[in-house]
Amino acid sequence: MDNPTESQEAYKKYVDKKSPNSPILKNCFNAFWVGGLICTIGQIIFNICQERQMDTTTSSTIVSIILIGISAFLTGLNIFNKIGKFAGAGSLVPITGFANSIVSPAMEYKSEGYVMGVGSKMFTVAGPVLVFGISASIIVGIVYLIFNTQAITLV
Amino acid sequence: MNINWANVFDIMSLVKCFVVGGIICIIGQILIDKTKLTPARILVLFVTLGAVLGGLGIYQYLVDFAGCGATVPLTGFGNNLAKGAIEGVSQSGLLGAFTGGVKASAGGIASAVLFGYLASLIAKPKMKKQ
Repeated sequence: MDNPTESQEAYKKYVDKKSPNSPILKNCFNAFWVGGLICTIGQIIFNICQERQMDTTTSSTIVSIILIGISAFLTGLNIFNKIGKFAGAGSLVPITGFANSIVSPAMEYKSEGYVMGVGSKMFTVAGPVLVFGISASIIVGIVYLIFNTQAITLV
Repeated sequence: MNINWANVFDIMSLVKCFVVGGIICIIGQILIDKTKLTPARILVLFVTLGAVLGGLGIYQYLVDFAGCGATVPLTGFGNNLAKGAIEGVSQSGLLGAFTGGVKASAGGIASAVLFGYLASLIAKPKMKKQ
């Protein structure tokens, strides 16, 4: 322990030698804890809502709105992109990534004006997400209508 | 309003949420690193996957187990859409399939549109940053 720098470097070399695909492991680790942390923040907000006697649906809507609001403004201030570079999917996969995907293209095209620039480029990534998400939900609804009740519940 | 902070910071629920949410993000990270999928396609894939799993009734087990660990990732958004569509169908038939999904996730979509637009307006243009 008298020379931690040296031993740390030796340790790092040893780790690099032992794990040839360390970037993906490191990426996964960062994605895990950042993603988990974002979900945990959501859970704390959710628990506060539950303590205030709100029902489950209202609580999860409030969680979504707060997380979307925070990440939209963090993206606007260029902070979220730094988190995104570090965490990869950790900040992309939670609902924060959805808000980020709305704001970052809109920022890029701000010079093209507030209607056709910001207003339309907002949906370069969010558009497909909504198209496929909403279409899938309608199909699920129709399938449920045809087969009715628990027939499509596999488990 | 009295809030019992012991319930808010209930360790068990937070740990479950952290682990499940983290694992879902790891799946996304592996898809990014191992395949040529762009982030946009990952988002689409997760929402669609969530809607399908929600429609099959599988995702609800994960939500019951992990709470926000399952609802905050985009799969939860898809699940919410599908759950809403199913509720809509049981309330108002075919019309519900079209109205239910969006109705259930209206809060998220509407806030994303408003906050997204406002945040873009206050955003610093990237050219000036240099």
